[in-house]
Parts: sequence; C-alpha cells; structure tokens
Amino acid sequence: MKYIEDIGSYFIMLKKIFSSPTKTSVLKELIFKEIDDLIIDSIPIVAFISFFVGGVVAIQTALNIDNPLIPEYLVGFATRQSIILEFAPTFLSIIMAGKVGSFITSSIGSMRVTEQIDALEVMGINSLNYLVFPKIVAIMFYPFVIAIAMFLGILGGWVAAVYGGFSSSDAFIQGLQEDFIPFHIIYAFIKTFVFAIILATVPSWQGYYMKGGALEVGKASTNSFVWTSVLIILSNYIITQLLLSS
Amino acid sequence: MIKVDNIKKSFGEEEILKGITTTFYKGKTNLIIGQSGSGKTVLLKCLIGLFKPDDGNIFFEDKAIQNMDDEEQRTLREEIGMLFQGGALFDSMTIEENVMFPLRMFTKQKKSEMLGRVNEVLKRVKLENVNKKFPAEISGGMQKRVSIARAIVNNPKYLFCDEPNSGLDPKTATVIDNLIQEITHENNITTVVVTHDMNSVMEIGEKIVFLKNGLLVWQGDNDQIFKTDNQDVTDFVYSSNLFKKIRDIQISEQ
Repeated sequence: MKYIEDIGSYFIMLKKIFSSPTKTSVLKELIFKEIDDLIIDSIPIVAFISFFVGGVVAIQTALNIDNPLIPEYLVGFATRQSIILEFAPTFLSIIMAGKVGSFITSSIGSMRVTEQIDALEVMGINSLNYLVFPKIVAIMFYPFVIAIAMFLGILGGWVAAVYGGFSSSDAFIQGLQEDFIPFHIIYAFIKTFVFAIILATVPSWQGYYMKGGALEVGKASTNSFVWTSVLIILSNYIITQLLLSS
Repeated sequence: MIKVDNIKKSFGEEEILKGITTTFYKGKTNLIIGQSGSGKTVLLKCLIGLFKPDDGNIFFEDKAIQNMDDEEQRTLREEIGMLFQGGALFDSMTIEENVMFPLRMFTKQKKSEMLGRVNEVLKRVKLENVNKKFPAEISGGMQKRVSIARAIVNNPKYLFCDEPNSGLDPKTATVIDNLIQEITHENNITTVVVTHDMNSVMEIGEKIVFLKNGLLVWQGDNDQIFKTDNQDVTDFVYSSNLFKKIRDIQISEQ
C-alpha cells in the first residue's frame, strides 16, 4: 500500500512541477546554476572513469582472445559495443545516481528540514517548480556528458590496446568501424534521456517528501541512490527489449 | 485583523485543534502560547496556509481564505511575512540575496532600488556590513534578525513568527521581541507570535491566546495573565521557579 501511495505522490509531484511557474528571470539563473552543479561538475569524474574503464575493457577483451582465428580487430569492436551500448549510458548513470542523485536529495532534504521549503510556500512560490524544474531542464544536457563518456571510453580503449601492445591502431580502428549500426547510437541516447529524467526526478521526490532531521536526510540520500539505480536497471531492460529485440 | 472561526484540524485519528475561535488584532503583537503539543504551531501553520483546516474558517480582513481563488490566495501570500523558528534563510544565498528574495520574486524593481530597500531593512533590524556574508557565517541572533528583515522587506500586512526566541540567550531574545513589537507598531501590521517563552509574554503580549490540548482555554493581555485564576494558565505561567519566586515575593509584600 505504501508503495502505491509513493508512486501516486511521485506522479502528483511531476504534475505540480509544471504548474505555477517561477518568474522567468529567476528561473533562468537557477537553470544555469543547476547546469553548473549537475552537468559541468560531473564531467571530470565521468571523463576519468570512462577513459580508464574503456582501457580495461580493451585489455580484458584482448587477454581473453587466445584463438588465432579470432581477428585482432575484435578488441576495437568489443570496446565500441560495450562502451556505447551499456557502459556509457547505463553504468555511468548508476554512478551519477550516486553523485548527482545524492546531491539533489540531500540539498532538497536539507531545505525541507530547515523549513526553507516552507518559507518558499508561505511566500506563495511553487516550491516544486522553483526547486525541481531547473534540475529537469539542466539534466537535459546529460546526453552531452554521455557523448563525452563514449568518446573518452573508446579513446581509453585505443590507448590501452595500442600502447599496451594488445592491438595495432589500424586493427582497433577497423574494429570500431566493423558492423557499425547507427541505430545503436540512437538507442543509447533514447535510454540516456529516460535515465536523465529518472536521475532528476526520483532524488527530488526523495528529498522533497522526506520527514525528520539530519539523520533522515542521510537515509533519504541512500534510498534515493537505491531507487534511482533500480529504476535505471529496470527501464534499461524494458527499453532494450523494446528497441533491440525485434 | 485576522479572525479564526471554529478551526479544527486532525492528523489521522489524532485531533490537534478542536475548534479554535479568536481574533488577532491589527497593530498589536498577538501571542499564541501553550505547552508543547498544545496545537499552537498547527494553528499557526493553518493561518499561513501550510495546513488546510478540516473545518472552520479563517478571515483576513473579513475575507475567508477558503473562499479565495488561486490569484487572491497568491496576493494574500505576498502580504504575509514569516519568521521561522530556525530562521529558514536560504543557505546558498548571501544575506543580501536572502533579504532581496521576496522583492525579486514579486516586484519589478531595478536592482539599485531593491538594494536600497534591502539596506534600509537591514539597518532597521540593526545589521550592517553583513550583506555579502552567508547565513552560516553569522550568529543565531543575527540570523533571526535577517529573517525578520526578509519578512518585512515587502511591507507585509501580516507578520507571523514561530518561536522567534528559541535557541537565543535572554538578552538577544529580548532584542528580537522588542524588534517584533516595534515593527508591528511602526507599520500597523497584524503580528501573530507562537511562543512558550514567558519573558516574551511579559515583554510583548498585547493579546494572548492560551491553548491546551487543542482548545482555547484563556485569552487576554500580559497584565491579565498574571491575575487570572484559570488553573491551566497559572500552572503554565508559574511552572518556572523564577516566576514562582516573583509571585511569592508579591504575596509576602501584600
């Protein structure tokens, strides 16, 4: 019963976010601030993880190919497929659920605990629009982060494969081009878009409707990470089934 | 003036307000007092619209809040200033931005005009040279004063204060009390203060409403509260040793 109530309040929250908009000039500033907090600040960690995981994928693939009949370009092919289809959109989104999601929940939760949300409401401001709408707009730039992750992941794979002596540069690049299906990119960005919506709204819901004090803010942040991750994994399965299995 | 007519509010099975009827007067500091759990904060939250009463009416200048459309309610909220228990200042904004916030949201003033007004109200609450500081960088008493400045920057008709003295030393608490009363008189606004601090009752209680278990059991002013023979009120007033001793001295002098 509690879960049904929670799902209901989540969708009511989504509706309220888009009603009674905040003054445009104020909203514009908030959106730029959120782009800085949620997107720009995430780029360094995303770049670091993508580059090295791309490298590890290339090394692991190369080390597991001991059959001489398997072409050398498979290293590049496997790296491309792993990075574009799953690592960049899905696993980075789970990492972002920890970074961005926890940040959103704790910042909104702290405002709830210290009555800052009540202060907004008393002033006649739609606090959901003021707090969550700019985050949703900012997170629309999340696919750019994933595009950077895809590029750096593959670059990391190339560096590891070529400079680690696992593959020649030509073979790796041939693998990148082999059996390339452009729809895979579209599929990756469709699911990135869905994950972005989950990343902005689920942690906001957790923070906005939390009750209690500082300890509960911590619990809400943990719950936020768990539920955001679960929803990302579930929606990944459904989207993959719908878009790739036909 | 705010009239409260038979307000009831329950949470689940628990009835918090059991039918409160009273009037809060313009140009006076109206106090809601009572023990913890008596329903005073719930009554305040009904007045400021954070809780919707289950039954009864609240009238702002003879206009029932329940009958107002969205636009009227929004206009009313712009006429309300609120001082929260913890200040509720926005952590991510400087003091200047906090005080300017209602002006930015509800007026079309130029930045220079807004800054002028911000400096004026900060001066009124006796705060200077704190404009660029963040709330975490100033003391609790200063935060309360900034919160008062934010509450009055838009010239509200109604000022609500939720336990303005909590967490403050007696001297700072008196400063805050006096500031609230002075602002009420200067601007002729309707001020409602929730407190359980007897010093506040003595200092600024021009109209006092005493709640117990969700019922209004007594109302009067700060002279009458020390003379009443209402047992619930005397139990509350003389629960502190200081007030007991003052009463004993008065009796022995008589």
